[in-house]
Formats: sequence, C-alpha cells, structure tokens
Amino acid sequence: MIQTIAWREFRNLFLSPLAWVVLAVVQFILGYSFLIQMELILENQGELAALPDAPGITELVAQPLFAVAAIVMLMVAPMLTMRSIAEERRNGTLVLLLTAPVSLIEVVLGKFLGLVGLLSCMVLLTTLMPLSLGLGTELDYGLVGAGALALFLLLATFAAIGLFMSALTDQPTVAAVATYGALLFLWIIDWASQTEPGGVSGLFPYLSLIRHFEDLSRGLFSSADIAYFIIAITLFLLLTLWRLDAERLPG
Amino acid sequence: MNSPADVLIEAEGLSRRYGDLLAVDGVSLRLLRGEVLGLLGPNGAGKSSTLQMLTGALAASTGSVRVAGHDLDTAPLAARAALGFLPEQPPVYRELKVDEYLAYCARLRRVPAANVTSAVLRAKARSGLDGVGHRLIGRLSKGFQQRVGIAQAIIHNPPVVILDEPTVGLDPIQQREIRGLIRELGREHGVILSTHILPEVQAVCDRVIILHQGRVVLDEALSDLAATTGGGLRLDCERPPAATVIERLPGVTAVACEGTSCRIATGPGFNTRSLLEAALAGDWGVLSLVPERRSLEELFVQLTCGEAA
Repeated sequence: MIQTIAWREFRNLFLSPLAWVVLAVVQFILGYSFLIQMELILENQGELAALPDAPGITELVAQPLFAVAAIVMLMVAPMLTMRSIAEERRNGTLVLLLTAPVSLIEVVLGKFLGLVGLLSCMVLLTTLMPLSLGLGTELDYGLVGAGALALFLLLATFAAIGLFMSALTDQPTVAAVATYGALLFLWIIDWASQTEPGGVSGLFPYLSLIRHFEDLSRGLFSSADIAYFIIAITLFLLLTLWRLDAERLPG
Repeated sequence: MNSPADVLIEAEGLSRRYGDLLAVDGVSLRLLRGEVLGLLGPNGAGKSSTLQMLTGALAASTGSVRVAGHDLDTAPLAARAALGFLPEQPPVYRELKVDEYLAYCARLRRVPAANVTSAVLRAKARSGLDGVGHRLIGRLSKGFQQRVGIAQAIIHNPPVVILDEPTVGLDPIQQREIRGLIRELGREHGVILSTHILPEVQAVCDRVIILHQGRVVLDEALSDLAATTGGGLRLDCERPPAATVIERLPGVTAVACEGTSCRIATGPGFNTRSLLEAALAGDWGVLSLVPERRSLEELFVQLTCGEAA
C-alpha cells in the first residue's frame, strides 16, 4: 500500500509543470556552475600540478558542485513539497486517504517516498555531471559517492520537513514559506557557534544541516552525521503523523 | 429478527464537539442491509459531521460505531474496508484521467490487483461513466465529476455506501439517474444518504432520520410515516355547514373549518358515502373532496422549527 501511494504521489508531482520546470532550472544552474568550475581548473592546471599534495579533480569539481547543489535545492525543495498535503486538504481529496483502509503511517510514508523519488532524480542528474568526467580521467568514485549520499540524505531531510509543514496548513504557499524558514534556520544555526566557541553553543553546530552535509560530502563517514539525518527525518515524519491524526480528533 | 450479518452499521451515542460547539449530540442509528436510510436536516444540523464520524474521517467525542461488525476505533482498517464514502465535495484528483483515478481508488481500497480493471469497468457502467474513461476529471462537468465520486464510493463493492448530498448541483435528468442508481444500490448494499431535498427522500429512501441541532428528532420508516400522518380529508363547498354537523357523522374525529374549506380528521368507522349523502341532503354545494396526507415537508418544518423561535 505504501508503494501504491508513493507511486501515485511521484506521478502526480510530474503531472504538473512545476516539477519539470524545477528540474530544468536546477539542471541549468548546476550545469553552469559545473562548467565554470571546469573552466577554472583547466586554466590553472599547470599551477595546480605544481602544488605539493594537489587536490584531485574530484575534490576540485565534484565537491563544490555538491555544495552548490545543496544550496540550490534548499531553495527549490519547499516548492516541491508544499502541495503534498496542503493541496489535498484544500481540494478535499485528503478524505479519500483518511477513509480508505490504509493506516496513517502508510499514508505518510507513501507521500514521503514519493517526494524522495522526485528529489532523487535531482541527485541523480547532479551526480551524472562529475561522473561524466570519468570518461576522460581518473575519478575518486568514493568521494563522488559520498557527495551523492550526503546530498540524498540532505534532500530526504528537506522532504520530511516540507511534508510536515504541508501537513500544518491548507494553503501550499504558507507551507512553502514555513519550510523555507525552517530550512534556512537549520542552515544558519551554525553561525551561532562562530561567535562563542564551546559552552552552550556546542549544541548549535550539531543541529546545523550544513555541518553534517559538509563532513559527509568530504568523505568523512561519521555515524554521527548519518544518525543526524535519520533522526531528523524520523522526527519530522512522526510529527506529520501526529498532526494528521490530531486533525480528526476532537479539540 | 435480523441476523448479525444484516446489521451493517450500529452507531450509539455519537457526539462531536468543535471547541464550545456541540455539533452532534447523542446520535444513534442502525442501518440494515437492503435499506436506504435518509439523513435529513436543516443546514448546520450535524449531518455531515455524523456521516464523517461513521466513516472514520472524524473521530467522535463520545460514542461508538460498528461497521459490518467491526468497531471503527479498534479495527479501523477492517471497518473502513466495508465502507464507501462520497463526501460533499467529490474527492477527485482533477489532473488525472477517470480511468487512472478509479484504478488508484480501487487499489487504495485493497481490491486485488487482478480485479482492478474489471472493478473499474463495473463501477463506470453503474455510474454512467462509459465513454469518458480517458478524459481528464478536471474537464468534466459537475454532474460527471459527481458520478466519478459515486464510482469511487462503490468501486470495491462495499456493503455500506454513504453519500453526502449526492445530487446537489445536478440537473433534473442527472438527479433522476443518480436516484435510480441509489435505489439499485439499496437492493444489495446498505445506503445512507444525506440530503435536504425532501422529494428525494420520499422517492429513494426506506427510512428517514431527521436531525435538528445535532439531535435525532425523528427515526422512522417512510411506510410507517405515511400511515401515521395520513388519514384526513379536505372538503370545499359553496355553502359549508357548521362544524358540528360534520362532527356528528360516524367516524369523524375532528373538524376544522376555515372559510369554504373544512379539514376533517377521520378514524375507523368513517365512510365517505355518509359524508356525501349528508352533503347532498344539506345542499352544501360540494366543490371538491380531497384526501390529505400530512406531507414530509410539514413534518420536517414542524420538527425543526418548533424550537427555533
């Protein structure tokens, strides 16, 4: 049943022009960024080779690309997730899921996986670019894989947060704004740690999305980073579940 | 005595509170197989809330619901599998085609994958949707969208079908067709229909429940209603006699005269012939003699406006 709902959600996302436009725009921007990065490297090839312990092509191209991708997707993910539940509520189709013999868990997971499916397409399109370099040179595939994994986990977290915000309202635009707020906050919460090292602010770097993303994309496989993403995803999915159930119940 | 398999819905003491407002107050009802139950009431009486509580879309503040023997709280999936629901606004995805949407609904209702196509075809045939399968739901007329809503409610052939104002917004021909469909459904399934179109209730339903301010004020079979509210005559004459003259006739229980019109309540022992003979003998100048049945509309107005003053 989760599959049925997830597949329907995935297909519905592609029925509107929004998903296509977003994919095209993101691809354009990332493609441009990739080209610029390649250009810089090709120009400075000689000097780079002269440096001791020179960073490889993967580090110079793939990593910055994933970093740019993370920021670009932070800006578009809320637009893709805003309609998830809010629009169904507004159109009166949510009741279809609530009165069907499916549990709320199946509904939430189905919608989440549908969103993740779409966002995975974006990860795939992004990863194909550095992978294409493999045709001409030696790539550190482990590093590319780490970057892709980091981006995937990051986007899955965006999806979970976006789904929760969508469950709170019946206006998709409100959900989008709330998601932007939450994501930006989690992104910049890191800044607090720069003002006061140690002490209470030990918490803030841990909560920061960017911190965990960067570490992971650099190839540092720390269970703390992966755990962070999984905890965040689980937390927001549970909150979504709680919110949907609370709606039926008397106030 | 109905066997347990025939009692499709048993709801007891349902109530629902929205903050301070008690929208539904202690509503109990039973639905039997082969019965079409009409839920009638003015706007705001709690019809939609009651129906939503029966389907599990809304949790009741108090009370319990059993659908086909399954308790809605403890066995929600089994209970909901036995239900088909059409809310006030048909829950259709406007960007899907009819066939796609109905196939999705069939899968959601756990129709086995092998039967999905035939279930869709059958539901379309029963709802009059043949030939529009490939069209986008968003482009259909309101009447057709309503039919798609009905199709999704019956696609898994549930024992109970709950329809919230199914004919609202339809033209008279479509209304007739939908009512025909409901009557047909009522033969094998149990149907609960909410409406405020009185002729619809009289045309389609076997039993009627009238809700007013969240409470049940009437719960009777239509055939019983006809018997208890009937039994009267209206006599119009040019030269009406005094009420007492009519009252003396055998079997007359009460007479009320107004101008040239006399309303005569009759009981056992009355026969029209004695009234006509008296009329001829007294030269009342009879213009018309009409049997009167107190209509459902009058009953409705009486029950629902009696308190609102």
